Amino acid sequence: MVLAFIEHVAGAPTMLSLEVLTMANRLAGEMGTQLEAIAIGPNAAAATGILSSYGVSTLHVADDGRLADYAPAAWAHAIAELVREVDPDVVIGTASDRGGEVMAHVATRMKLPMAANCTEIAPGDPFTVIRQRWGGSLLEEAHLKGTIKLLTLAPHALTAAASPSRTEVTTHAFSPALDDKDFRVRLQPQVEVDTGKISLAQARVVVGGGRGVGSAEGFAALEELAGLLGGAVGCSRAVTSLGWRPHSDQVGQTGTRIAPDLYIACGISGAIQHMVGCRAAKHILAINTDAGAPIVAQADYAVIGDVQKVLAAVNAEVRRVKAGEPSRSPA
Amino acid sequence: MNVLVCVKRVPATAGQITLTADAQDIDTRYLGFTISPHEECAVEEAVRMIEAHGGSTTVLTLGPEAATDQLRDAMALGIERAILLQSDGREWDPVATASAIVEAIEAEGAAGRSYDLVLFGNESADSAGYQVGVRVADALDLPCATGIKAIELSDGRATVRRQTESGWESAELALPAVVTVKEGLNLPRYPSLPGRLKAKKKEVERITPQWRDGGLEKVRLKLPVQAEHTVEILGKNGDAGAQLVEVFQRLRLL
Ligand SMILES: Cc1cc2nc3c(=O)[nH]c(=O)nc-3n(C[C@H](O)[C@H](O)[C@H](O)COP(=O)(O)OP(=O)(O)OC[C@H]3O[C@@H](n4cnc5c(N)ncnc54)[C@H](O)[C@@H]3O)c2cc1C
Ligand SMILES: Nc1ncnc2c1ncn2[C@@H]1O[C@H](COP(=O)(O)O)[C@@H](O)[C@H]1O
Repeated sequence: MVLAFIEHVAGAPTMLSLEVLTMANRLAGEMGTQLEAIAIGPNAAAATGILSSYGVSTLHVADDGRLADYAPAAWAHAIAELVREVDPDVVIGTASDRGGEVMAHVATRMKLPMAANCTEIAPGDPFTVIRQRWGGSLLEEAHLKGTIKLLTLAPHALTAAASPSRTEVTTHAFSPALDDKDFRVRLQPQVEVDTGKISLAQARVVVGGGRGVGSAEGFAALEELAGLLGGAVGCSRAVTSLGWRPHSDQVGQTGTRIAPDLYIACGISGAIQHMVGCRAAKHILAINTDAGAPIVAQADYAVIGDVQKVLAAVNAEVRRVKAGEPSRSPA
Repeated sequence: MNVLVCVKRVPATAGQITLTADAQDIDTRYLGFTISPHEECAVEEAVRMIEAHGGSTTVLTLGPEAATDQLRDAMALGIERAILLQSDGREWDPVATASAIVEAIEAEGAAGRSYDLVLFGNESADSAGYQVGVRVADALDLPCATGIKAIELSDGRATVRRQTESGWESAELALPAVVTVKEGLNLPRYPSLPGRLKAKKKEVERITPQWRDGGLEKVRLKLPVQAEHTVEILGKNGDAGAQLVEVFQRLRLL
């Protein structure tokens, strides 16, 4: 049996969990076994409606009011207890902040290895996975041992797809024997003040700046273009390390992953750790003095030149067009 | 307040990754080495904690002899002691890494050195197992928070905050505890020249743990396939304004 650990909001599975279900359903098919799911937290049982389109036969729901809060060790305790009871062949969760953490706790409780951020799974002996390293800029083929295979699925390794046929989903509520110790760490959501700023992860246009911008003040031209296009400003790690911009602006492996329609990379060389953060961008425009910079080869459009000069001209042109004046026809 | 920081030596890859002929490793012939950015922040945080609250700091790594460079980098920033769990250069999987770290922490405890806080990166930059910190916490029966971007200490407790897909979350942990951190926690300082000179002279304590098979076995590495791609050069310096506006309009951004 394949067991999928599902994250949900009041019974509606998250997008990453739908991806996990899609992969788990495919895997169960290949292994000739059934797919079951576990969901924890308020209204978990309401997930059955959606799960029936993903080939799930049983939804296990941990029944304990104390699990309403997110307590990683307690959630893992509940899953480990279920795993011992139903003895699945594979347990698969999302590689989200919660999924990865809970699965790691499950792994220690079960004394099993775990493979994080898998993109492909080939069941059999040896049980083989492809998993992401370096934020996805490198892949590893690995054999996962252990009597039960524990793994998390990398975000967007596949597209979530409901199956046209529906299954009958049985709900199985169980009461794990939770320990007070499991609740030593509870994460409470924090109320946030809405700054009204467009978030980097959601923006349709991101104007990113690197070392080539020259100074913190040099970002004024990037701010202006982002403002004109209704986008957000991002930056490289070189820039955060220099203290020119806060880390919350950083795009890349150890920063934010962005997925805009257009990413305008200004004075950024295009290091792999930066590129994994913007590879979901539909189009990349590079502005760089060096036509040989790696970013140029990976861009759709490029302007070769000094950031400040290029942006001064572009911003003036965009202002003209926004003011209803005709654009100067391309020379 | 005694703080232990666990760091890992990783290649400082830049424009692109090249693999060795046997596809077991990154070709590091032309590369320098560093510690993961998350762990650099863990080092900085440990130094700040001791500056603010007093106590001692120790840095630990499992790696080859050359990883003493990364231990000295951490000492140059103000960490006092360094422990090398010396490996023969083979990669240890997360289970094996965590168990070697647990043994080292237990040996420290037996020698009368206990830690109030053990700091990890949320994930290592290279192998990204997303689990060594959690495994160490569970083995030592310590409370654990992951992905942390803010830590405040008071009265034997740590208040921690993290940023997730759905917003900020916070938790309170009684010390001793394990916390895994992410870049953004702080802005690490640059090492001073006297700091570097002092670190150079410091001793690194060495332990040689027994190699073990943790159950996640690397078969080979491979580079993701890159789609064929062409770039359109739109102009130079100030002459590209109109072409760019056309692109913005084509993409319906204007
Ligand atoms: C484990 C690890 C994780 C990392 N994570 C991240 C991450 O999340 N995000 C990230 O960005 N980096 C990350 N890095 C760092 C990364 O490897 C690079 O060092 C960094 O991205 C370089 O930033 P940069 O492109 O701004 O600077 P540089 O590489 O110095 O490039 C500057 C560019 O600006 C151009 N330029 C110079 N002057 C001008 C001018 N006047 N006008 C136009 N162009 C100009 C140059 O031609 C060059 O291409 C990570 C590194 C490691 C080892
Ligand atoms: N070889 C190692 N030596 C010391 N610490 C390590 C080592 N490998 C991993 N760690 C620590 O564990 C964290 C998580 O690693 P991982 O589970 O591989 O993503 C890293 O950020 C480090 O703090």
